[in-house]
This record gives sequence, C-alpha cells and structure tokens, in this order.
Amino acid sequence: MMAYLIRRLFYAVPILLGVNILTFLLFFVVNTPDDMARMHVGRKHVTEQAITQWKVEHGYDKPLFYNRAEHGVSSLTDTIFFNKSLRMFALDFGASDDGRDIAREIKTRAGPSLAIAIPVFVLGLLVNVSFALMMVFFRATYLDRLGVVTAVVLMSISGLFYIIAGQYFFAKLWHLVPISGFAAGLDSWRFVLLPVLVSIVAGMGSGTRWYRSIFLEEMSKDYVRTARAKGLSEWRVLFRHVLQNGMIPILTGAVVVLPLLFMGSLLTESFFGIPGLGSYVIDAIQAQDFAIVRAMVFIGSVLYIFGLWLTDIAYAWADPRVRLS
Amino acid sequence: MSWQPVVLWTDALIFSLAGLILFAFSRKHPHGQLHDAWQRLIQMPMAVASGLILLVFVVIGLLDSLHYRPQLPAQPGHAPQYSVEVISVLDTLLQPLREHQEKTYSAPLATRLYVKETMVQPGGRVLRDYPRLQFGGASLLHPQQDWQRDVTNRIMRGSVIGVLFAALLAAVGAGLLAMRRKCGLGALYRQLLGENNRLPWRTALTTLTILSVVIAVMVELAAAYHVFGTDKVGLDVLYNSVKSIRTGLLIGTLTTLIMLPFAVLLGISAGYFGGWIDDVIQYIYTTLNAIPSVLLIAAAVLLMQVYMEAHPALFDSAAARTDFRLLFLCMILGVTSWTGLCRLLRGETLKLRELDYVQAARAFGVSDWRLMWRHILPNLYHLVLISVVMDFSGLVLAEAVLSYLGVGVDPAMQSWGNMVNTARLEMAREPVVWWPLVAAFSLMFTLVLAANLFADSVRDAFDPHGRQR
Repeated sequence: MMAYLIRRLFYAVPILLGVNILTFLLFFVVNTPDDMARMHVGRKHVTEQAITQWKVEHGYDKPLFYNRAEHGVSSLTDTIFFNKSLRMFALDFGASDDGRDIAREIKTRAGPSLAIAIPVFVLGLLVNVSFALMMVFFRATYLDRLGVVTAVVLMSISGLFYIIAGQYFFAKLWHLVPISGFAAGLDSWRFVLLPVLVSIVAGMGSGTRWYRSIFLEEMSKDYVRTARAKGLSEWRVLFRHVLQNGMIPILTGAVVVLPLLFMGSLLTESFFGIPGLGSYVIDAIQAQDFAIVRAMVFIGSVLYIFGLWLTDIAYAWADPRVRLS
Repeated sequence: MSWQPVVLWTDALIFSLAGLILFAFSRKHPHGQLHDAWQRLIQMPMAVASGLILLVFVVIGLLDSLHYRPQLPAQPGHAPQYSVEVISVLDTLLQPLREHQEKTYSAPLATRLYVKETMVQPGGRVLRDYPRLQFGGASLLHPQQDWQRDVTNRIMRGSVIGVLFAALLAAVGAGLLAMRRKCGLGALYRQLLGENNRLPWRTALTTLTILSVVIAVMVELAAAYHVFGTDKVGLDVLYNSVKSIRTGLLIGTLTTLIMLPFAVLLGISAGYFGGWIDDVIQYIYTTLNAIPSVLLIAAAVLLMQVYMEAHPALFDSAAARTDFRLLFLCMILGVTSWTGLCRLLRGETLKLRELDYVQAARAFGVSDWRLMWRHILPNLYHLVLISVVMDFSGLVLAEAVLSYLGVGVDPAMQSWGNMVNTARLEMAREPVVWWPLVAAFSLMFTLVLAANLFADSVRDAFDPHGRQR
C-alpha cells in the first residue's frame, strides 16, 4: 500500500516539471522580458535605460538558460529559468512585480478563501446529494421530472447572474447582509453568508443532476433487486444500500477538488470583495502582474496533482484490488 | 459594385463548419447506426423544440458573419472608396436600430429619457424634466395618453403577423412534404396523424408559432421603440444583444472545431497503439489538465496582448484585431478543453481495439491508419458528437465569465460578457439601470437552455445506455 502510494507520488514529478517548463516557455520565450518591461514602463517615453532598469530591479536581466559570464554551478543557477521557475519547487515564489513577497500574500489570503470554499463544498455536497436522493426516491413521477427540468434551468443561468441578483436583492434591496467586504475572525459570518448561499445555488443544477444519474445507475444494479426481493422497504433500499454504494464515486470525485478549494473562487471573491486567493489572481490579471500569475499556476497544478494523489488513496481504500496491481 | 466583401478568419471557419454539418446531413446512410440515432432524435419533442430555437440563433449568427464594406459616396474623378468600417448583413437588416441613437439611458419602450435635463420652454421658462426621446415613441403626439394604446396595438399586430407567418411556413412545409411523398394534403394530414406518436409535429408547430410571434412582436415594437431601452451612450440594447449572438455561437462552436482534430487523433492513437505513445499522450494531457484552466487562459490572453502591442502592423483594421483576439480565445479555450474528450476516446478505443472485427481486420493485414480511420473512428462518432453539443453551452457561459475577468473577447466587441460587465456598474446606480443586464441574461439564457436541452436529447438519442453527465 505504502509502496503504491509512494510510486504514485513520484509520477507527480515529471508532470510538475512539465507545467514548469510550459509556463516558462509561455512567459519568457513567447514574449521576451523586454516586451514585459516595455509594457510595465508604459508605451510612451520608453527609453532603453528605463527598460534595463526595470529588468534589473525585477531580476529579469539574466540569460534564460545558461549564463556564460559565470563559472561552475552558478552558470546554471544564475539564470531566469533557475531563479524564476525552478525555485518554485522549493516554494520560493519571489516578489511580485510591485515588490511584495508572494509567499506571504498567499499565506494571509488562503484563510478568507477557505472561509468561503469549505462551507460551499460541504453544504453544497449535502444539499445536492439530498435533492438527488429525493428525486431518485420519487423517480419517474412528476416530482422527479420537475426536479430535472429545474436542474436544467438552473444550469443554464450564468453564474454571474446568481451573484448579481443575489447582491441586488439580499444586500441592496433588503439590506440583510453587506454587499461586499470581509472581516477577520468570527465577525466574518455576515460577509460569508451571501457568497456561500449564491455559490451553492449556482452549483445546484449540475450537481443535483450528476448525483441523480449516479444514484440511478446504482438503482439498476443487481444488489438493489436482491434487496427489494428480500422485502426491504424502498426507503431502506435507498438509504442503506444505494446511498452507501453511490457515495464511493461521489466521494472519490469530491476528493479531486478538495485541495483546489485553496485556490478559492475567482468570481465570487472578486464580486464580494473577499481578500482571498481568487481575487488575488484577478487583481494580478488586471494589473498584468506575471510573477503572481506564474506562482498561482504552479500552486494550482501542485494542488491538482495532490488531489489526484488523494483520489488514488481513496480508490485504494475503497477497492482492495487497486492496492495489489 | 457598391460593396466590398470582407472575409474574417472566424467567418471563414464558421461557414466551413456550417457547410460541413450540411454535408454530413445530406449524406445518407439509410442502414447506419447513426441514421437510426438521427431518426430517434427527430422523434423527440424536446429535440425538435430546442433545435428550432437554436436554428434561429444560428441563422442570426450566420447573417452576422457575412461581412462587407459599404461604398462611400462617390467623388467624381476618384476610384470608388470603401468605408473603413466593416459591417455585416445583419447590421444592414437592423439598420434603424443601429442608427437610432439616443442621448443616453432610456428604459425599455420608454418615450422619455431616463435622466432629467434642463430645457427652455418656448415662453422662455426654464424647466427640468425628462426630455422626449429622439426616436423612441417619436410618432406619438401625446405619449401619456397614446403610449399604452400604441404598444398594445403593436403587440396585437405583431402576434397576428407572427401567427400568419407561422401558418404560411407550415403550409409551405406541408406542401413540400406532400409533393415529396406524392400524395394530396388530405392524405398527408392523415399520414401525419397516423404517425402521431413518431414525429412530434405538434411540438414543432407550437414552437414555430411561438418563435415567429416573439420575433414579429419584437420587430413591430422595435420599429417605433427601443424594446430593451438604450445604454449609456444611447445605443439600442436590443441591437447590442442580438449582435452578441454571433460571439456566443463562435466561442461555442469554433473552440470545439479547433480542438477536435487534436482530441480525436491523440485519443485514438493513445488507445490504439498503447505503449510509449500512450504514455506520452497521457503525460501531455495530464500536464495540461494540471494547470488551472482559467489561469492558463488568462496568461495566454495577457501574453497575446503583449504580442499584439509589439506587432501592431499585422492587424490592419479594428475588425481584424477583434477577430484575431476572438480566434485566439477559441484556440486557447480549445487547448484547455480537449483533454476530456481525448481521455474519453482513448478509453473507448482501448475497448474497441480488442473486439473481434478489429482483430479480424488486423489479421487481413489492414494498415494501422486505415484501421483507425475505417473501423475505429466511425464507432466513436457518437461520442464526439455528444461531447461537442455538451460542451457548447458551457463555452457560451464561459465567455461571459472570461469577459468579466478581462481576458475574454475584445472589449470593443459586442458580447454578453461585455454587456454584463458594464451593466454591473449600472446596477449600483441610483435609480437602477437594469435593462442591459436583463437583455443580456435573457438572450444568453435562451441560447444556453436550448443548447442544454438539445444536448440532452442528442445524448439520449445517440447513446441510450450511456451515463448521464
């Protein structure tokens, strides 16, 4: 078991290296540091000197891969590729283009992101699974059909609409919660309430439909027929057997996204003014701060691969055959 | 010639896609598996209803993709000059909407502006009031008394025209069908009644009537009013949101068109060859999947902006610039979204490879490529089709989100995302300006809902046993 997991963990190394090289190519070879400097200094009155100075200040003045001016190891380490890309493996993200330490920013911003993402994840899962179970219980009746139609309608509404409508009615018109903002500690519940509610509603359509189809698939299996044949009530079949078996694909599916909760939600955070990682990314995109975008791409892929690894664990735990192969 | 055709890259692609679809429809395989699926599809009421709605959107989008430059007023002694502005056939059809520009905001169907202005009365008195609109309800002498009657009249007239138009279409359709089946109308009617359970022609007629009534009422109202009001600079919101249809359609279709060859080729090769080829392809898509897609899109779009700023000479007109940006967005969206289909096709190919008929073909010495092309690919068509229609609605929604983030289509291009983006600030205004938002969301909702319902039907028709997504 241990050996299996460690082997799976080693698969992550080439993938992360691939992500790293890809982002490096994207950010430094497709566009040279000169282009970047020119954009940041401003298009007008660009002097050679200003560009060079910007590059020196931000450490972009070195060769890309191989530094001929240095000797020995430092001819490889004193390069942009090493300093800006490879160092991320040691979680050293350097400073953003406006001079702040990216690692510290990320640490302080992870909290607010999680304050939204965890309730959305847990409550969303509960709500979606309950609705899905209810629809399966009343399957092939008008209630079920109504549920499916509602789910499709909910799915077809843009996520932006939920946020804007929620803010307009709950905050602006009825003054139930503040429109946006965040507070530290327990005070934050007032600010968290609406984003969480909106995110859950926005995810309900696709979530409910997906879980319903999982449960329906379970319903058509042999063990359900056996359970019915031995005289169990429909209620018991659903909750004792279908729910428990259906939870395996649901939970393994949920585990993948678990680490990505750290990244927060771009839209929700930016609309509700929550100082999390999602709004950090948006600010970086709007300020065209490539250092932050690069760091977040790397973190995102680390978390994704971590999620894959957790899924492996979950499968191995749920299905003994995987452990042996 | 009083106009000069302009073919943008996206125009060329969208028309070749439309041609491809028509070609696929026209080639008949009366005994094929897909033929049965198509038969099943057109027997589903939901598919017919949503398909008709989608058809209206597609026609609008295609009309909006026929671009040209109008000729400027001729000056004697000079060669004819063409306008710098590139406009489409749809623009010409909606000419009045495009040109009836008010001063600033006005509410839907309003006759007066949404903001007060200082006006000087004929007697010299200075008055602060809402001024009359230049075009909206301009024909009314006394808006307060006449407005309601006029609007009701127009709605009634529109409905009648709509119903008549639908009846005309249905009659023409029935006539054509009767001619093809070489029978009289009465016999056709009995046939249709007999096939009552198979072809959902009642649903088709109802949808057709509703659609033509809605369109006719819109046209009637738009002739004298701004149906969805006007925006900050006084442009008609209805015009803007109709123009956005093309953007949404392009994002939804071109993205898949661009990614499809890669997904199909790599997916089949990975499943068919196995070994190191499989490893490499799996590595590629896991790596691409590992990068958060929004960030990859954002990074790529930012870098493209840098590139476009560094090479301004490559893009000669504003239309070419926005077009390039749209195409690039489709490409990068394609890069982030092909992995799902690729993995699906790989898994299915793994299964197909072991089947007897493939083994038999291989034993006959059929080459690998021919095997993949003749024997495996046709059995994957339904998966490709399902994933294409399933992805469409998600991509339309994604466009709005990306435009809001500032990494979507060009800000100068009409799109629902851009409309929502500007409307967001208007919601904070006092009094609230809500109509651009409602217009953008309702059109987007209609398109996405129709696409979702159609996708569900396609999936049910082509893959009856497949798991729902």
